Amino acid sequence: MEQKVILSARCLSKSFGLTPVLRNVDFELKSGEVRALLGENGAGKSTLIKIFSGALKPDSGTMLVDGQPYCPETPLEGRKKGLAVIYQELNLAPHLSVEENIMLGQEEKRLGFVDRKKNREKIKQVLSFLNHPEISPDTPVWKLPIGARQVVEIARALVSEARILIMDEPTSSLSQEDSRRLFEIIRRLKTEGVGLIYVSHFLEEVREVADTFTVLRDGEVAGTGEMARTSVEQLISLMIGKRLEELYPEPNFQLGEVVLKVENLRGQKMSSPVTLTLRRGEILGVAGLVGSGRTEFLRTVFGLDRLKDGLVIISGQEFRPRHPRESIVKGLGFLSEDRQAEGLALKMNIADNLTLSRLDLYSRYGFLDQRKQKESARQWVRQLGIKARSPEQPVWSLSGGNQQKVALARLLHQQAEVFLLDEPTRGIDVLSKAHLYELIVELSRKQKAVIFVSSYFPELLGICQRIAVFYRGELVEVRERGQWSEETLMKAAITGGTNNTIPKAKMDRME
Amino acid sequence: MKKEYLRKLGGILGPFLGLLLVLAIFSLMPEISGRFLRLANFKNVAIQSVIVALSALGMTLIIISGGIDLSAASNLALSSVQVAYFIQAGFSPWLAALLGMLSGGLIGFLNGFLITRLRVVPFIVTLGMMGMARGIAKWVARNQKIDAPLTWLNNLMARSPRPAWLLLSPGIWLMIILAVVVGLLLRKTVFGRHIFAVGSNEMTARLCGVRTERVKLAVYTISGLLCGLAGVMEFSRLTVGDPTVAMGLELDIIAAVVIGGGSLSGGEGKISGTLIGVFIMAFLRNGCTMMGWPNYFQEIIIGAIIITAVALDRWRHRQE
Repeated sequence: MEQKVILSARCLSKSFGLTPVLRNVDFELKSGEVRALLGENGAGKSTLIKIFSGALKPDSGTMLVDGQPYCPETPLEGRKKGLAVIYQELNLAPHLSVEENIMLGQEEKRLGFVDRKKNREKIKQVLSFLNHPEISPDTPVWKLPIGARQVVEIARALVSEARILIMDEPTSSLSQEDSRRLFEIIRRLKTEGVGLIYVSHFLEEVREVADTFTVLRDGEVAGTGEMARTSVEQLISLMIGKRLEELYPEPNFQLGEVVLKVENLRGQKMSSPVTLTLRRGEILGVAGLVGSGRTEFLRTVFGLDRLKDGLVIISGQEFRPRHPRESIVKGLGFLSEDRQAEGLALKMNIADNLTLSRLDLYSRYGFLDQRKQKESARQWVRQLGIKARSPEQPVWSLSGGNQQKVALARLLHQQAEVFLLDEPTRGIDVLSKAHLYELIVELSRKQKAVIFVSSYFPELLGICQRIAVFYRGELVEVRERGQWSEETLMKAAITGGTNNTIPKAKMDRME
Repeated sequence: MKKEYLRKLGGILGPFLGLLLVLAIFSLMPEISGRFLRLANFKNVAIQSVIVALSALGMTLIIISGGIDLSAASNLALSSVQVAYFIQAGFSPWLAALLGMLSGGLIGFLNGFLITRLRVVPFIVTLGMMGMARGIAKWVARNQKIDAPLTWLNNLMARSPRPAWLLLSPGIWLMIILAVVVGLLLRKTVFGRHIFAVGSNEMTARLCGVRTERVKLAVYTISGLLCGLAGVMEFSRLTVGDPTVAMGLELDIIAAVVIGGGSLSGGEGKISGTLIGVFIMAFLRNGCTMMGWPNYFQEIIIGAIIITAVALDRWRHRQE
């Protein structure tokens, strides 16, 4: 098919107040093309998407859709011109059915009444085109798994005859299987001549799905090109502006005595007991699929999930975790996988978030020494390079990477000896990730102990000395880093062993 | 730094300007301008505010912690009936007042206990408690008013205080002192910070080792005690124990907190704001009464003010 340009932008600029967010950005999308839009957090990706969709107006610059001038006042106008955005948080009404969601605002009508038959036909057609005919139009959306909800959202865009589809981090909450099916859908959309703008942090995945890329850095286009001729390293160096010599720092090899022993520990949400030891200076990686019991294990050790059986020995002292209060006193620190919903109190400021677990340090007769609290927070902010105006800035106003550093700084501030980190690098940009790896390895050099849970195996292989694999609630294997590879880790995580072959059925169930 | 300072100031500036506006409007009304802006009238309004203000102090704590208390007014009524009951039974006024306050504390404790133990949302628990407390008050009073002999308790809310060197009636002093105490508790203590943390994100608070259930229990108990004290003041004003007093007052109390910047989703609220909220409503009532405007007129205005205040507050948040 002849590929013609369906969306083009010239010299787009946008400032918020005095801060320029976009500067002279050129952009082009052809029909049937998947263009990755890459950049660190704060590089201007979301602003650009918002300008395309009509949610924001550029200060200067022009846009063309199908060669016609395009300057939407509202997202609705953008939609009418054939441009749809699928956001990270899906915009569906959970109590309405699949059909009602898809047709919302674009119902087929006859004399003012909804024409159900016609609606039904249209939906069936679209869902089978998307290769998901099994989704019933009558199911309420809240009953659908997250992958299927995304399909519904895409279906909605297709029904509105969108020819330019923007996907913002579409796979961030999908299982690998669902991601694969999504890529399949993207390929089908391409053959139909739809142009896609694909925003994601997962560079490997981006390389698989996109044809071309545009990298933004500090609001400017840092580079464009064809995916096939560009390596991940090249993309990263375009994004951060310098060559990334080594993402993972040299691990610490000086191990000290055993600091944490977990013996037959079983929590209410764990299906089988776990036993393991951790030494000072060690980073123990924990791999496993979502739902394999890694998170439940960490939460039980920290006293967040109820303990059923077994015990924890910290520096020789026996301890039955019951409440985080006691765990913190014993020297445990826990970083939640869900920064927004659990890890941080977003409305509170940096100083409060950072010191909340040890406010007693600033307490005299119950009164809080706020000057001392702020001073201490300021030191940690400086030490970890958190980008903030002041310790009194509310946490919601920070970028994801900086938020995560505040959460980590809290553990440092409470002087934890054993760090339980659950997916610490989720949803943050490459540069912040590199900084976090550096911080975590630095902890091990200072003879702290770390348990590092991650779904991203390269980072486990990058900084851990040993890696344990969880499978269906069970700790199935612990090995030195050198005895693992990405393939064997994946195999163990999917099958529960490294010698087993992967049965087809399990592959499909994999989350 | 400067920006943070402005942000903090902005939160209280809005309600304060609202109060000034109310004052300005009524003092410009030619019919009452002579009487409205008088010290005597201000004292009058202050006395009328005491009962709502005391309960609203506790309500502020509860709303910041992410909860709500619909039983506040019933609790207050029950307490006032208790005081009358005990005085009639021959108890000393001190003891009767203390028991009245404790009855408020007990209801508050029960609220907190049920919320944390049964894991039922505060709205439902306190809705139930609203009915129960009112019922018990009527039961204690045998469904009528309890007449109690006059004691010094009835001077607490007198317009002209005795002794005269107090300048303001003891009830007003109590309101001022407790507002300062609760304000300090909220802003300057570790406990206060824990209240904000629980309201801002309970899961984070727990993760950081805050004993969230104890915090809630304490907040509801303190609030109950303050309602109990408000009940004592109510008795002092009425000189009888009336189980039907303060019907629907819980909504005024909640409105005061909300007008003052409290957020029903928790984590936000100020004692100074709440007091301003109380005074805005009290001055409106006072001014409307002086003008001879009918009751329904006040209700419409106050309703509109609640919506405007919250809308303005949301707008300010969006600007950040």
